Amino acid sequence: MAEAFSRVATSEAKEFIAFHIGAQTFCIDIMAVREIRGWTPATPLPHAPNFVRGVINLRGAVLPVVDLATRLGLTQSEPTARHAVIVVQSAGQIVGLLVDAVSNILTLTPDAIQPTPEVASEIARTFVKGVVAAGDEMISVLTIQNLLPEPVLDAA
Amino acid sequence: MDPMAAIKQTFFQECEEQLVELESGLLRMEDGDDDLETVNAVFRAVHSIKGGAGAFGFDELVEFVHVFETTLDLIRSAKLAATPAVTKTLLRASDVLADLVRAAREGGSADAGAVKIIADELSALLGGAPRQDDDGKVSVDSLDFEPVCISLDSIFDIGEPEAPATQDFILRFKPAVGLYAKANETLRLLRELGRLGETSVECDTTEIPLLTELDPEGAYLCWTIHLTTSAPEQQVREIFEFVEWDCELSVETADVGKLLEALQESLEPHEAPPAPIAVAELRDTSVATDPAPTSFAAPSDDHPAAARAEAAKGEGSGAVQATIRVDLDRVDRLINLVGELVINQAMLSQRVSEAGLSRASSVAIGLDELEQLTRDIQDSVMAIRAQPVKPVFQRMSRTVREVASMTGKSVRLVMDGETTEVDKTVVERLTDPLTHMIRNAVDHGIEKAEDRIAAGKPEEGSLRLSATHRSGRIVIEVADDGAGINRARVRQIAVDKGLIPAEANLTDDEIDNLIFLPGFSTASSVSNISGRGVGMDVVKRAIQALGGRISISSVPGRGSTFSMSLPLTLAVLDGMVVTVGGQTLVVPLTAIIETLQPKKESVHELGSGARVIATRNTFTPLIDVGAVLLYRDEPIEPTSQVALLVESESGAKCALLVDAIQGQRQVVIKSLETNYGHVHGIAAATILGDGRVALILDVDAIVARPRADMIVADMPAAAE
Repeated sequence: MAEAFSRVATSEAKEFIAFHIGAQTFCIDIMAVREIRGWTPATPLPHAPNFVRGVINLRGAVLPVVDLATRLGLTQSEPTARHAVIVVQSAGQIVGLLVDAVSNILTLTPDAIQPTPEVASEIARTFVKGVVAAGDEMISVLTIQNLLPEPVLDAA
Repeated sequence: MDPMAAIKQTFFQECEEQLVELESGLLRMEDGDDDLETVNAVFRAVHSIKGGAGAFGFDELVEFVHVFETTLDLIRSAKLAATPAVTKTLLRASDVLADLVRAAREGGSADAGAVKIIADELSALLGGAPRQDDDGKVSVDSLDFEPVCISLDSIFDIGEPEAPATQDFILRFKPAVGLYAKANETLRLLRELGRLGETSVECDTTEIPLLTELDPEGAYLCWTIHLTTSAPEQQVREIFEFVEWDCELSVETADVGKLLEALQESLEPHEAPPAPIAVAELRDTSVATDPAPTSFAAPSDDHPAAARAEAAKGEGSGAVQATIRVDLDRVDRLINLVGELVINQAMLSQRVSEAGLSRASSVAIGLDELEQLTRDIQDSVMAIRAQPVKPVFQRMSRTVREVASMTGKSVRLVMDGETTEVDKTVVERLTDPLTHMIRNAVDHGIEKAEDRIAAGKPEEGSLRLSATHRSGRIVIEVADDGAGINRARVRQIAVDKGLIPAEANLTDDEIDNLIFLPGFSTASSVSNISGRGVGMDVVKRAIQALGGRISISSVPGRGSTFSMSLPLTLAVLDGMVVTVGGQTLVVPLTAIIETLQPKKESVHELGSGARVIATRNTFTPLIDVGAVLLYRDEPIEPTSQVALLVESESGAKCALLVDAIQGQRQVVIKSLETNYGHVHGIAAATILGDGRVALILDVDAIVARPRADMIVADMPAAAE
């Protein structure tokens, strides 16, 4: 009985990678994730938005790194080797997301994701697709597309 | 990909090459080169296309090429003089041919009207005889030959549907001299027949004259082949597909009805006409001749295997292929790998020196050798991609012809430095902007004939397309001797369109460059030639996307020159590695003229905040790279820094302040646009020996920056 139930659940369920930034927990769809690597110092880009940490070398490719803490308006801490970069792919673009630590892989059915509670925070409404209750913790499900820097058009 | 498609693709690739050969040969003929070799080269190109097209059954193409070939053959045999009018027609025929090839490739159809016009013109050159065998024309038996051909077609129609399991064919095959001249060989044809089934071959040698009368390049032999095969007649005929215009061929099935027997009888009289080949008067430069006594010995015996063995010997001495075709993706993968190798090698060197090994240690020496080798490999790999700009240039001559005839102008295209080599990607992506510039130059740059005469210039306009290597870049210029840019009008348009304020004080150069502004499009000049919705701003963007610059210089009444400077390769760059505000940057070495140590007394303030540096009594603007890239807020003391004297593509000089110079190195260019976007002042990125990303400075953007405030951000535009 229990087995049958779980099979039904997994057929619709998706996997998510959960990670911490400060005291909060977030997750993103695992299908977008290419790999997870440790933080290495990035080369800053001039004229870049403040949430773009710079670019790093990903096996020969130049990879921009987005500081998720800054992007989500949270307190930014100086990254160390213990911080993680989640490499995600979206619409042909590959970008690294800097987070404090990756914690878990979650399997969630669509109905487990509740709509984002009405809060005043602009950032919460822009990036959070929904929330999930995990024990006494709340995990925010992020949409990746909005997190990435807009492709900068050639102004020159 | 199925094998047929692959072969077809090869055919079209070869067609492209042949078309290039054809056009360059015709252009040489147009220039008055009446060397027989040139005519032969042109003939060969057309002939190869015909052969392939026939094999794939592109009938429309074959029909046209045949007329074309016949015309060329007349010129080759000096029966038709290559007058300018004739070469013009031939050039237009080559354009049509290119269209037909494209139509065949893309499965569409060419402009039938245009094909017809040219085909008729060619036929007119032939003296009104559109489809004639080239040998037939000079020999008496051509009239006899035609009906044979037709009646055999009807045999074919009847014969094929009722083709039994095995069939006996009687083939009579009489090569004309042209067959040998085109380097075909009877032995191979016979061997091919042998592959279809049991053959017995008889050779009729009765026409061979006495040795004293024998023309070594003549054709005297006639074969009768009895073939028993399960293959349909069509397959038998296909063997002769390449030579059908150069021989008399009859294929009969031994067991078709009486009608055919009757026909066969009617053929007999023509079968052995007294040497119809008026060989002696036929030119024919080719050496291919039938080594008479030896070669028919083998096929005429009854053993196909023996014939095959004999033929195999002949094949072994075939031409050696000097080139190979390689998929571009493979080359690119190799280039990427070598790029990684360079980075890795640099990384290794750095680790070794960090480990405290002396430069004289065997490890360090080995690494030095490795570095040398890596560089050699890289150069060789890059050379694979290097291509002469010739094909692109040649395409332009067609554009000039078309636009000139549409506008009723007479324009001559002079090409210079077509052999200059540049990366294939650059060559490919050059076509569109160049086509547009050429169109513009012919349509707007060069005046109408009467205006030219009034201005005291030759009636024929001249357009010069040149390519040269200049300090590690390729410079391509399009220069016309037309009226030059009408600055008053350009300025007025720019003001009307709100691109510049009415009171703007612009130099002549700046006005000329207004045509590159987006939105600069003169409604009155939109014609069906230039006005295809592509403005000069698009040209500029295309060139910039290649890492190039475009500039224009114009002298009223004397013409305009568009000058494009492009990198030779999009993959590597020689750079100076510098430190700015704690960050490592790469400055392209080609931009750097010299390095300076600024002294207090040579740095002067100019206005508020701007500084210049004096070098040998010239004052050059001093730009703090760290401040431009926002690496630091506070301007710092120039004397503590190093200045790089750089020159931009436009010739503007500038001194860039950097903290320190680390060294010089070849770097692999990595795109920043792929995953991020364009960053002002940064051309691209690279990966250094320590594995970190370093940014490559866009010197031109940095130098142009102070000037950018004067004129609106940037200047692209539509037609003049």
